[in-house]
Amino acid sequence: MSPEWIGAVYIVSAILFVFGLKLLSSPATAVRGNQLSSLGMLVAVVVTLSSKEIIDFRWIAVAAVLGTIVGAVAARRVAMTGMPEMVALFNGSGGIASLFVGWAALDMGGGPDADLSQSAFTIITILISILIGGVTFSGSIVAWGKLSETMPSRAISLPGQQFISLLLLVVTIGCGAAMVAQPEIWNSTLIYAVIALSLVLGVMAVIPIGGADMPVVISLLNSYSGLAACAAGLAINNTILIVAGALVGAAGIILTNIMCKAMNRSLSHVLFSGFTAAKTATKVEGEVKPIVPEDAYLILEAASSVVMVPGYGMAVAQAQHVVRELGELLEQNGAEVSYAIHPVAGRMPGHMNVLLAEANVPYDQLVEMEDINRRIENVDVAIVIGANDVVNPAAREDENSPIYGMPIINVDHARTVFVLKRSMASGFSGVDNPLFFGQNTRMLFGDAKQSLSSVIAAFKG
Amino acid sequence: METVLLGFVLMLSIFLGFELISKVPATLHTPLMSGANAISGITVVGALTLAGGEMAAWATWLGAIAVFFATINVVGGYMVTDRMLGMFKKKDEPEARS
Repeated sequence: MSPEWIGAVYIVSAILFVFGLKLLSSPATAVRGNQLSSLGMLVAVVVTLSSKEIIDFRWIAVAAVLGTIVGAVAARRVAMTGMPEMVALFNGSGGIASLFVGWAALDMGGGPDADLSQSAFTIITILISILIGGVTFSGSIVAWGKLSETMPSRAISLPGQQFISLLLLVVTIGCGAAMVAQPEIWNSTLIYAVIALSLVLGVMAVIPIGGADMPVVISLLNSYSGLAACAAGLAINNTILIVAGALVGAAGIILTNIMCKAMNRSLSHVLFSGFTAAKTATKVEGEVKPIVPEDAYLILEAASSVVMVPGYGMAVAQAQHVVRELGELLEQNGAEVSYAIHPVAGRMPGHMNVLLAEANVPYDQLVEMEDINRRIENVDVAIVIGANDVVNPAAREDENSPIYGMPIINVDHARTVFVLKRSMASGFSGVDNPLFFGQNTRMLFGDAKQSLSSVIAAFKG
Repeated sequence: METVLLGFVLMLSIFLGFELISKVPATLHTPLMSGANAISGITVVGALTLAGGEMAAWATWLGAIAVFFATINVVGGYMVTDRMLGMFKKKDEPEARS
């Protein structure tokens, strides 16, 4: 097909991407939205293959078949609790692909033929796609390591880290400037330096970020993978890459922004300053009131409205199925059951929703923070399952607390609160939680899954 | 001139992306992210032109590696999104898929 026709078909696939994303805004239409978007991708790939420019299909076939196998197996095998790691790895593969596209585009024009010499604009966009692609790749690998606990998930900071990162960035830009100024001399050597530096920069960017800030990082890397594709599109003059890449870039930035707001922190604070637990926070004192599952059962049995508040602990304990089972028993008992989810609960935006959906919790029972806070006073029992900072009343009351101002689910306003917890350890932020000492709080110590199973056993027995 | 046009396309796409995504409910943030991630695999189109074009062996190789990684991103991303979305059910809806 001629380039004009290909361009026209690219418009069709851009329309499919836009409609696909639009339909993703409701659970009822989301499956179709995803199918439309994948159709758009298929259309774009097929029409590209029909282009006259492509003369050799051997390597394409081998690479595409291998990629399909790896992608399909990974997508089928991954457990829902492992979803953040999977998304990080997919992000990374998109990033490295854009890096290679940029690299190949540089070699394409760098031949001895004078006609093929590249404009400064092309070289700059190539360098941007390599830089963002490299940062996305190595950053995603580090994020994967932290999420899967292959490496420590806490924030790791080196002395002078910000200074080193800045220096590396300046050197990278310097290499880029040399390549733009004198491509014939520098392109073949400095390209390796730029690639290596961008990979190091990605590692430096993600290493100082701790586990609970991962929702922000994953969204940001998602955005980067789109921007890398977008830059690659500018480099090789391909509109569909620009459009689709920009859509993804914008999507990632919106999610990043939502996550930051939900933690009441600015993006630069998350990226550069780590989380310092202030020692000045008001010390919480009081008596903790433990409860045994049998007594918890008696209270739940009498409750007419129950709210479950899951956190990362639920994912760790793999407790989503017993949570749903208890929810169903309570409903059969006549109680109204809902699941309240804080925007940053878990390690990825919407992490808890996916886990509960996996356990067959209907999505109309999943409620957002604002909605539950409006009626929390009328809730008989709020069950906190492995959440801590997102239900910490200090964020609302204690101006000295490092998490002051962060919006929380006000479970302490419910008539009774059960907190399922392994021990009295503080949450990621290292802040004491006054909720545990509240008058209406009962602590159910032990593994969340086992505690819930005991309550369920009491219900059935 | 062409550069300016590409710039316009870029700007309009970013605004469109903001408009589209800001309406997605929190429940769907994970599938949204993996779905958007699959779209970023669009770089496969660029990789295809480079891997199949008439170019030096070196560029062809780089293009083929890019095709490999981008395909993982596209196929894996769409499949995993579909799997997740299949689990979101309304109350009392019969089991539509396994």
